[in-house]
Amino acid sequence: MPEAALKTPARKTRPKYLSLQALLFEIRLPVPGWVSILHRASGALLFVALLWLLWMLDRSLSSEAAFNQIKHYAGLAPVKLSLLVLVWAYCHHFCAGIRYLFLDLDKGVDKATSRLTSWIVLAASLALTAFFGWKLW
Amino acid sequence: MVNRVITGAHYGLRDWLAQRITAVIMAVFSVIVVFVLLTAKSITYGVWRDLFAQGWMRVATLLFMVSLAWHAWVGVRDILMDYVQPAGLRLSLQVGTLLVIAGYVGWTIQILWR
Repeated sequence: MPEAALKTPARKTRPKYLSLQALLFEIRLPVPGWVSILHRASGALLFVALLWLLWMLDRSLSSEAAFNQIKHYAGLAPVKLSLLVLVWAYCHHFCAGIRYLFLDLDKGVDKATSRLTSWIVLAASLALTAFFGWKLW
Repeated sequence: MVNRVITGAHYGLRDWLAQRITAVIMAVFSVIVVFVLLTAKSITYGVWRDLFAQGWMRVATLLFMVSLAWHAWVGVRDILMDYVQPAGLRLSLQVGTLLVIAGYVGWTIQILWR
């Protein structure tokens, strides 16, 4: 090891924007970034949850008694809440996906429009979730 | 062999395009199913069973599931490529994902044509 490297004191000061405080409170993801990561997260969640959804579809189509059991099961608070999360995940993945199809066609790629459409996606998926939640129960 | 180039600028195009096409297929199916369910007065077992007894609905649902399988494969593989760096672990997870997807499709066929 070169002599100079040994004599150089260890740097104590961290770069400002990599401090924990900066990561938690100062560096913020812009809205299109939130839409993007939620698109990924909702997709992964739906992929895993499909096992549960297929199980419910299977039961609900097997007999009238099983259908009524599933209907009762879907009414239980934790199940209802989980289903509502999945409804949101589907709506978000759907709305954000449509936005990406337009982005692929070079529509709405400028900063102002892409931020506006990101807000629309977030609002529309929440509104749709509320609507389906109200319709289902 | 010109068509056997496995690297270069366009080798991801097929997956990219497939993901978009399957997305549109699933979106159309979703809108139709939501419309059918919203226009039904109340969803009893009879209504539910009759819906899935129709040939078009069975085929459409299978088409949806096959689209989902391809779409999810591209998506989950992207996630694994981004976050899982060790090759062995990534390959295992990718194989596991393929098995799960195959299981989903098989189960769907079993549910639809029992």
